[in-house]
Amino acid sequence: MSELHVENLTVAYGGSRVLNGVSLHVRPGEFVALLGSSGCGKTTLLRAVSGFVPVDGGRIAIAGRDVTKAPPERRDTAMVFQSYALWPHMTTAQNIGYGLKLRRWTRPRIAERVAEMLRLLKLDGLADRNVTQLSGGQRQRVALGRALAIDPDILLLDEPLSNLDARIRLELRHEIRALQQRLGITAVHVTHDREEAMVMADRIVILNAGVIAQIGTPEEIYRRPASAFVASFLGADNVVPLQATRTERTLEIAAGPDHDAVSLPLGGDGAQDGAQVEMPGSGPVAAHFRTESVRLASAGHTPPDALVLRGRITQAAYPGGRWRYGVAVGGTVFLVDDDDRRTVGDAVAIVIPPSALHCFPLRREAAGTA
Amino acid sequence: MITTLAPARALAWIPRGLALGLLAFVIFGPLTNLGLWAVAEKWYFPHTLPLQYGFSFWERVFAPRSNAMASLATSVTIALLTVAACLAVSVPAGYALARLRLPWRGAILLAFLLPQAFPSVAVYINVARIFYTLGLNGTVAGVVLVHTVHGLVFSVWITAAAFAAVDRSLEEAARDMGAGPLRTFFGITLPLAAPGVMASSIFVFLESLDEFTGTYFVGVPDISTLPLLMFNAGMGGNFQIAAITALILLVPSVGFMLVIERFLKADVLAKVGH
Repeated sequence: MSELHVENLTVAYGGSRVLNGVSLHVRPGEFVALLGSSGCGKTTLLRAVSGFVPVDGGRIAIAGRDVTKAPPERRDTAMVFQSYALWPHMTTAQNIGYGLKLRRWTRPRIAERVAEMLRLLKLDGLADRNVTQLSGGQRQRVALGRALAIDPDILLLDEPLSNLDARIRLELRHEIRALQQRLGITAVHVTHDREEAMVMADRIVILNAGVIAQIGTPEEIYRRPASAFVASFLGADNVVPLQATRTERTLEIAAGPDHDAVSLPLGGDGAQDGAQVEMPGSGPVAAHFRTESVRLASAGHTPPDALVLRGRITQAAYPGGRWRYGVAVGGTVFLVDDDDRRTVGDAVAIVIPPSALHCFPLRREAAGTA
Repeated sequence: MITTLAPARALAWIPRGLALGLLAFVIFGPLTNLGLWAVAEKWYFPHTLPLQYGFSFWERVFAPRSNAMASLATSVTIALLTVAACLAVSVPAGYALARLRLPWRGAILLAFLLPQAFPSVAVYINVARIFYTLGLNGTVAGVVLVHTVHGLVFSVWITAAAFAAVDRSLEEAARDMGAGPLRTFFGITLPLAAPGVMASSIFVFLESLDEFTGTYFVGVPDISTLPLLMFNAGMGGNFQIAAITALILLVPSVGFMLVIERFLKADVLAKVGH
C-alpha cells in the first residue's frame, strides 16, 4: 500500500506528444481509473508508471521514491495485461510464483504463497494446469494472482477485462474491486469502458489528447462534468444551443424557435436538483443532457421548472425497460428515453429537468458539431 | 444410386490417378533403385533386376574399421560443431533482428543469403585458396567454417522469426515482476523461442551432413565425410557402397524433417524473412 506521485509528465513518441504535462496523485489504498477514448494517452501513462515508456519530462515517484529513470524491474509495480501475458511454458503455480522466485523466496514459502493466491482467486485445483488450458477468465485471475503475489506497492491494470466475455467481465469487475479493498492495495486501472470505471474506481481521471480533462469521484464527474468534452464523454451527448443569462440563483433561458423562455434554479454546492452552468454572465451556451435523465410529454404540455423542447418522433426502439425515441427538434435529432409507448410521427415535448442540464459556454466550433 | 451416375463422372479419377502415379514414380523410382543397389550382390547390364541379393556390402560398410564409419564420425562431428557455431551467431543476431530497431535490417537479413547467391564452386575455390594461406585447408575447423557460412542463412532467418513470434508482453511481464534483461532472455524469451531455434539447428545439421562442394574444395584429402565417401564410391563404380551410404544419410534427414514439421509452427513460419 503506497502512494503514487506523477508530476508534470510529458511523453512523446517519435515527435508527437502523447502525454502533455500530466500531474496525478494516487493516495495509498486508492483505486484510480484512467478513462478515455483510444489514443488519449491513458495506456501510455500506465506504461510510463511501470517503466516501459521512456519519459521526456516530469517526475514519477512511488512510495516517495523517485523512479522516473528506473527500469521496470527496479519499480515495485505489478501489471495485469490486457493480453494476460501468462508464460505458456509454465504452469499456473509457476506463473504465480515467478516473482517470488526472483525475490529468492524459499520453495516452501513460495508454495504457501501460491496456494494462498489460488484460494483468494478461486483457482483451487488448477495449480499444475498449463495456463494454455485455462479459460479467459481463469487466465486473467492467474495474471492477477501473479501480480498480487509479490505484494506490490502499486497494482497496474491495463484494460484487464476487455478481452473477456461480457458476463465474466462483470463478475471479475466486482471481484477485482473487492480484492483491492480487502487487501487495501493501491491500484491504477486503465479502461475505455465508462461503466467499468464508475463501478470500480474511487476516483476517475478522464484523459483527453494527452492532458487530464477532469479528476473526481464517479458521482462528481457524472453530476458536474468540468467541460463539454467530459459531459459528452460521460453520456450527456444530446447538445442543444441556448441563449442564457446566469443570475445569482437562476438560469434565465431566452425563448428560441423550439422552446419558450424559462427560468431554472441553479445547482451546485449542495443544491442537487438545479442546473449546472459553467459560465458567468450571459451568452450562448451548449446545454448537454442525457438520454436517460429526461422524459417525453404530449405536445402542448408544459410542466413548470423545466426546459421544454418541441419536436417530433422520428425513430423508436425498445432496448429493454424503457422506450428509446429519436426526437427531431429543429434540424437536430435527440435520443430520449420514455416509459410510454408512442408512435413515430407524434408531436411531443422533451421535458428537461434543471438537474439534467449541463451548460458550457458555446464556442463557434462547438456550435458546428452540436 | 451409384449406377445412375454418369459414366464420365465414374472415369474422372483416371487423369488424377495417372498424375499421382507419375509423381510417385519420380519420387520413389530413384529411391527404389537406391534400395535395390543397397541389397544387390550382383547386378549388371542387361538385367532389369539384381541377379543375387545379400548383405555382404553392409558388413563391409559397418565393419568397425571401415572408411564409412570413420566418415560418419567425421560428418557428425563437423555437423555438431557447425550447429554450435551457427547458434553462437544466430541467437544474438536473431534476437537483435527481431527486437531492436536496427537500421539496414533488410540488408542485414539479405547479407546472410548472399553465400547462396553466387556459384558455389567459384566461391569455394577462392575460399580454399585463402584457407591455404591461413593453414585452414584440410582441417575440421576449415570445413566447419565453410558449413557455418552456408548454414547461417537458415539459422539467422528462422531464429529471428522465432524471436519475433514471442509476444513482447510476455517479456514485459517478466521485467515487471522484477527480472533483469538477461534473466528475462534466458527465463522467458529463449525457452519460448526454443522450438524455432531447434528447428533452425536441425536445418543446419542436415545441411552440414549433406554438404559436398565446400567440403570437397576445403577438406580433401585430409577430411572425408559421408558425401565425399559416397562420391568416391559412386565414381569408382562401387554402387553398393554408394547406395548404403546414401541410405545412412537418408535416415537423419527423414527423421529430423518429421521433427521439424512438429517444431516449426505457423506463427514462426509467417515471420521468416520479415
